[in-house]
Amino acid sequence: MSKVEKDELSGVDTTGHDWDGIKELDNPMPRWWLWTFYATIIWSIGYWVVYPAWPLVSDYTKGVFGYSSRAELHEELASVEEGRASITTELVNADLADVKNNPQLYQFALSGGRSNYAVNCSQCHGSGAQGAPGFPNLNDDDWLWGGSVDAIYQTIKYGIRSDHDETRTGEMPAFLRDEILEKDQVSDVAEYVLSLSQEGRDPEAVTRGAEVYANECASCHGENARGNPEFGAPNLTDAIWFYGGDKQTIVNTIANGRANVMPAWDDRLDESVIRQISLYVHSLGGGK
Amino acid sequence: MDSSSVEKIDVTAVNKKENRSLYVKREKIHPKKATGSFRRLKWIIMGITLAIYYITPWIRWDRGVGAPDQAVLVDIEHNRFYFFFIELWPQEVYYITGILIVAALSLFLVTALFGRAWCGYSCPQTVWTDLFIFVERAIEGDRNARLKLDRAPMSFDKFQKRFLKHTIWVAIGVVTGGAWVFYFADAPTLFRDLLTFEAGSVAYITVAILTATTYVFGGLMREQVCTYMCPWPRIQGAMIDEESLSVTYHALRGEPRGPHKKGDSWEGRGHCIDCNQCVAVCPMGIDIRDGSQLECITCALCIDACDGVMEKIGLPKGLISYDTYAGQNTAEPIKKQQVRFIRPRTLIYGFLLLLVGSIMLVTLLNRSELDVNVIRDRNPLYVTLSDGTLRNGYTVKILNKTHDLRRFEISVEGIEITSRWLQTEGHNEQDLIVVVPGDAVSSVKLFVAANAEQLAGKSSRDIAIVVKDLANGNAERTETTFKGPR
Repeated sequence: MSKVEKDELSGVDTTGHDWDGIKELDNPMPRWWLWTFYATIIWSIGYWVVYPAWPLVSDYTKGVFGYSSRAELHEELASVEEGRASITTELVNADLADVKNNPQLYQFALSGGRSNYAVNCSQCHGSGAQGAPGFPNLNDDDWLWGGSVDAIYQTIKYGIRSDHDETRTGEMPAFLRDEILEKDQVSDVAEYVLSLSQEGRDPEAVTRGAEVYANECASCHGENARGNPEFGAPNLTDAIWFYGGDKQTIVNTIANGRANVMPAWDDRLDESVIRQISLYVHSLGGGK
Repeated sequence: MDSSSVEKIDVTAVNKKENRSLYVKREKIHPKKATGSFRRLKWIIMGITLAIYYITPWIRWDRGVGAPDQAVLVDIEHNRFYFFFIELWPQEVYYITGILIVAALSLFLVTALFGRAWCGYSCPQTVWTDLFIFVERAIEGDRNARLKLDRAPMSFDKFQKRFLKHTIWVAIGVVTGGAWVFYFADAPTLFRDLLTFEAGSVAYITVAILTATTYVFGGLMREQVCTYMCPWPRIQGAMIDEESLSVTYHALRGEPRGPHKKGDSWEGRGHCIDCNQCVAVCPMGIDIRDGSQLECITCALCIDACDGVMEKIGLPKGLISYDTYAGQNTAEPIKKQQVRFIRPRTLIYGFLLLLVGSIMLVTLLNRSELDVNVIRDRNPLYVTLSDGTLRNGYTVKILNKTHDLRRFEISVEGIEITSRWLQTEGHNEQDLIVVVPGDAVSSVKLFVAANAEQLAGKSSRDIAIVVKDLANGNAERTETTFKGPR
């Protein structure tokens, strides 16, 4: 099968293989190629010595350079932080409401806020801060706990009903479950609340509901039902509903109460990042 | 005249059929100096093209305060391209595409009319090689002297000549690379910085690379660049037809060739005395008598050489001349009026050139000094406000291409709005006035709120955002949409 023969023209042996009459000369590797190949082998030995290379049982050889890509990343991050140090300090020491008068600082805060928002906040509030039932929309002009930069800052830093000592807190009681109100009364109050922003509700139920409201709800939501940011009590007269504006949802809210939690970010994010996010959220269009 | 006074040169074409092989080693070419009308033309064109290249960055052009005063400048740092009265922004890069199309079509037209005129006269490779050979000839002498020097063993004299030659070549390379970087920065400033070693490393690296390419291409590789590296000789076959001019040896008149003694009869033989002058002067090292070939760049130096010989031996000039393929089989050189310059191919190329050129010119003349981009917020698409109205957000980018500070007024058309305001740097402003510095872009956030009834049950309504230049009333209208719930 394989028959090595001498090629007449070049005097070189063939490999002995024959494919339909086509034979291949058994020329040696080009010299330059071989030397390059040997050089890479020698180079690789040097590589083992200076870089991490061999896996050991529970460890690996570190190499004399002590290089690791993780350390390199940390170094790079540290140098980024170092470069930002002065502006970060400036932001931490600034009066939040005043930052927008310093365009450079404000721009820095917005850019940082945008990416930090995406990483930390978008999971609940949405990537466009559009919110979802139970998670407020941060673009609009309706704020449960106040829409000034400082109010937003406090909400982010300490959270709402969070485990932080300084958390914002307020309670929407479960009026039916805790037997404060009767089922009919709950329905009446819901009718009354809806009548504040809609026409054509049942007038008798509204009258009954208004009485219950004055006794049970006005202390937090206010006589005029415009809410109170002290307790995070929402404005009940506007077009924006935290959990939903249909009667069923409102009845559910009154009957079972609401106690959603916004975590405190005080010990998770550093001061500068919290400030950046506060300014970013404030800039979305609804900031007061 | 004695035809024996024409020396027969011992030279063979580098691409002789019998010597052709894929693995043949390059034969060094020592072109002999040619004299004549084409050589003169080539000197003139060389002077003009080199002058354009070296002088252009130094031409000044007044654009007012704050703008560079360099006539031709590719300002990479500020994303601008300046060409005399034209100033282009990055988004207008299609003008560059247009210029490239015009350049390509011009090349097509010239090739269809005159063959490889580009290769022979104005291609940078030809021009610089010519310059390098000129230097070589000035130092080492003409062909014979150079051949002798090549064969001679290394000596002080040879070393000195070679050293001088390569030094000057490198110097030309440095100047060439140096001129290139001047197109990308203010030339006088960069020149001073380069000399005082204060210019950026990119400038030095660019100069170094172009020095190397100029030296290697013009000094060492020469004709190999044309024959092996350049795609144009392959492509141009598609533009040349039998009516295109090319440098042609009139075989009917010249053959059979052979040495000729003074007084012998010309009866029964050709006019070519086989002196090989045409081969000796050829910078590509070929023999034009072998016919039209890939390597020929139609520099016409062989015409000069042959005409000189014909004059000496008392025969009419034009044994080698510019001629068409159609005229090749006639013994006499074609007369100018016989060349069909106007034919479908040239008319089509000319028409396309005119078309693209006029489109470019019209768009350039109607180029607006104001450009507006409106980017609608997409996340969220709309926001319901506490009073029940819908709010949409738009990022409005205003490009002020003038060199003066301008004030622009933004207005919204096509919808009845309840409120609208601008957010610039964190401040909400009811005045929809944007101030944009000269030659700059400003980006503002525009919020528009309207009642849901404005959508008439649909989820979207077409509106327009109009930006008006308060200085001259020019307005740019941008169509967009106002969206609400589905």
